[in-house]
Amino acid sequence: MSAFSAAKILSPPPFVARFASEKSLCPFLSSPSVPALTRSALRSIRLLRTPLAVSSDVVIGQKPLASSSSATQNEDVDREVALVLYEDMVLGRFFEDMCAQMYYRGKMFGFVHLYNGQEAVSTGFIKLLEARDCVVSTYRDHVHALSKGVAARAVMAELFGKTTGCCRGQGGSMHMFSSTHNLLGGFAFIGEGIPVATGAAFSSKYRHEVLKESNPNGLDVTVAFFGDGTCNNGQFFECLNMAQLWKLPIVFVVENNLWAIGMSHVRATSDPEIWKKGPAFGMPGYHVDGMDVLKVREVAIEAIARARRGDGPTLVECETYRFRGHSLADPDELRKPDEKAHYAARDPIAALKSYILEKNLATESELKVIEEKIDNLIEDAVEFADSSPHPPRSQLLENVFVDPKGFGIGPDGKYRCEDPKFTEGTAQV
Amino acid sequence: MAASLQSAVFLSNRIDPHRRLFASPARSLPGTKGSILVVRSDGRISGRLSGRNLITNAVAVECCFTKADTPTSSTDSKPGHELLLFEALREGLEEEMDRDPRVCVMGEDVGHYGGSYKVTKGLAPKYGDLRVLDTPIAENSFTGMGIGAAMTGLRPVIEGMNMGFLLLAYNQISNNCGMLHYTSGGQFKIPVVIRGPGGVGRQLGAEHSQRLESYFQSIPGLQMVACSTPYNAKGLMKAAIRSDNPVVLFEHVLLYNLKERIPDEEYVLCLEEAEMVRPGEHVTILTYSRMRYHVMQAAKTLVNKGYDPEVIDIRSLKPFDLYTIGNSVKKTHRVLIVEECMRTGGIGSSLRAAIIDNFWDYLDAPIMCLSSQDVPTPYAGTLEEWTVVQPAQIVAAVEQLCQ
Repeated sequence: MSAFSAAKILSPPPFVARFASEKSLCPFLSSPSVPALTRSALRSIRLLRTPLAVSSDVVIGQKPLASSSSATQNEDVDREVALVLYEDMVLGRFFEDMCAQMYYRGKMFGFVHLYNGQEAVSTGFIKLLEARDCVVSTYRDHVHALSKGVAARAVMAELFGKTTGCCRGQGGSMHMFSSTHNLLGGFAFIGEGIPVATGAAFSSKYRHEVLKESNPNGLDVTVAFFGDGTCNNGQFFECLNMAQLWKLPIVFVVENNLWAIGMSHVRATSDPEIWKKGPAFGMPGYHVDGMDVLKVREVAIEAIARARRGDGPTLVECETYRFRGHSLADPDELRKPDEKAHYAARDPIAALKSYILEKNLATESELKVIEEKIDNLIEDAVEFADSSPHPPRSQLLENVFVDPKGFGIGPDGKYRCEDPKFTEGTAQV
Repeated sequence: MAASLQSAVFLSNRIDPHRRLFASPARSLPGTKGSILVVRSDGRISGRLSGRNLITNAVAVECCFTKADTPTSSTDSKPGHELLLFEALREGLEEEMDRDPRVCVMGEDVGHYGGSYKVTKGLAPKYGDLRVLDTPIAENSFTGMGIGAAMTGLRPVIEGMNMGFLLLAYNQISNNCGMLHYTSGGQFKIPVVIRGPGGVGRQLGAEHSQRLESYFQSIPGLQMVACSTPYNAKGLMKAAIRSDNPVVLFEHVLLYNLKERIPDEEYVLCLEEAEMVRPGEHVTILTYSRMRYHVMQAAKTLVNKGYDPEVIDIRSLKPFDLYTIGNSVKKTHRVLIVEECMRTGGIGSSLRAAIIDNFWDYLDAPIMCLSSQDVPTPYAGTLEEWTVVQPAQIVAAVEQLCQ
């Protein structure tokens, strides 16, 4: 199937992104499909620095990058930051592994989509955010919730369908929400969360410009996470347009794990280089190695700062990989073993661990302590979830409306919700 | 205007004081926070006052009209002011935008163009381009954007240039607008108002003549209201904006130029209530939006023929006001539903089911439902006329029911 061979997009050689100093290396402009007129038009309208990108080495047959330490070119992180990042990624990994266990033991049900392998993206971005910033995710949202600060207990209880879950058991795996931590979901349909994220960013701009609320550190930022499959969906493009049009404080993060269930990204997409779609709308497009948390963090710092300043959105494509199937129900037969092995060798947690040990930021035993701490946390979360009560019947109708007058006026002239049987859940509505 | 005056007289005489308490516009329930004004049947205001300038409820004001409406008075001395329905909508919107800076408008051509039906005319120069946002043509995304903004503290009014365009936003309206409050376990509220003109116009063609109320009615978590007069348009607009629930406000393309005199004082109507248009004894006719006028036209003929129809504008399409409707059924024992939805799966079908469920014992005849034909609205004028219910059909239906 040479027509779909990934070898077609190999034109620029792989190299690592740097910033303003290397403006001359702009691979996206040299793409053969871009006509000269567009190139100059792009140059002239863009007043900000030229967007940069790292070329993808994701394609099959390309020589893989060596894992971990050789890859980072950025400034070194200090011990404190490194340990925060390590702990967060370990939390994500151990939690998802426990989810798989619990699912096969019949404690959680339905569609469960695990994030193993992609931790660097969640940790790399979310650990830079403030409490006031918003995160919008997809159905693969457990780890985004944990990184944003939602308690493991609350997430686990939600997965078990208990009333102590973060959404009272009403959302489930694909609908994690937290108003305290500004996690705006959790969406089952792909692309659905992107407009919601755009709305949160609009709200941030509105509060600043119309309501004259301001924060000395800048605007509230929204980070929207979604996958490669979503990048062929209309809502993605419509929101890129609106976000850039109004310079909304948002970062669009593509978790390109190359597969949309069983549909390979290159089979579904005419131009598989997603980062290029940013400049098409006038915003910078970055491509970054999503298996390296420090590289992701470096790009994230820039994108988030840009949004906070009011300079508008950024599109960041993170090349990453999910070690498990699409969901726990996916037999995962289409992905080749050598592709899986290639990415398993680039496990982000192993990479960071090597980095930490190499730079002497911590000892092996200190990292072990962190891992044990997380183990205990997860075990506690499972116990909590297991011993929590199931939602009672009376909870059935409670959150359908904010204002329960919306259930209407009954034949007796009273509002339906005033009927005592209503809260019992036995009333007819 | 005549219709509302009639209703005013009726309401003041017929509704018992206990019922009036629930009919007041901004009533709070025990144990809930929120609007807290209770207007009693004798016009006194009780409960904790929110400090707003809400003087009285709709009915009391209308009663003033009937008493002051002497034949010799000139229009200048009449209380209230006259305006067209689209101006009433604008007035309601503007008052709410003045009152709460978080209320904003988004939609196509709502800003600089002033709205394709002029509902938002003049608002963009007054409030700025961010508060009255001209969006690109991307219904699904800007509706979702409105929902995201609502989750993070704003109160958007999302306009569909034509209700039919909101079919493109169905994903966001069903999945996010209706459901997010529930799936988030009550953590986020979506106080949006989704509004726009729908219904069959004058030879606008099939796609611009759709009735989306029948498609949206199953979405849990959504409230739907339909306005039909300048008076209820303004009141419902304000109520919808103030409500913390997502509300879909259906307007009709052919009703924007209706003229009526409305009160100068601020008033907010109840989203869940139906409106008594004409009290009667023989048959209950339930209708909403444009069909109200076809019904009233048929009512004139019916009165001449000796019938006494009771006409109720149900206004609240979801949920139904089973109290007003029930009281009427218990009195007349005969029901005719006149709607503009298609026969299959329309509001009329649901209403029929609700009445059978709740008031079966009071019925002396099967419920008749006149709906539009299950046909894409044709362009040709004659064909179009035959797809919607005409007054002559209503007269014939009543005659049949009352045999």
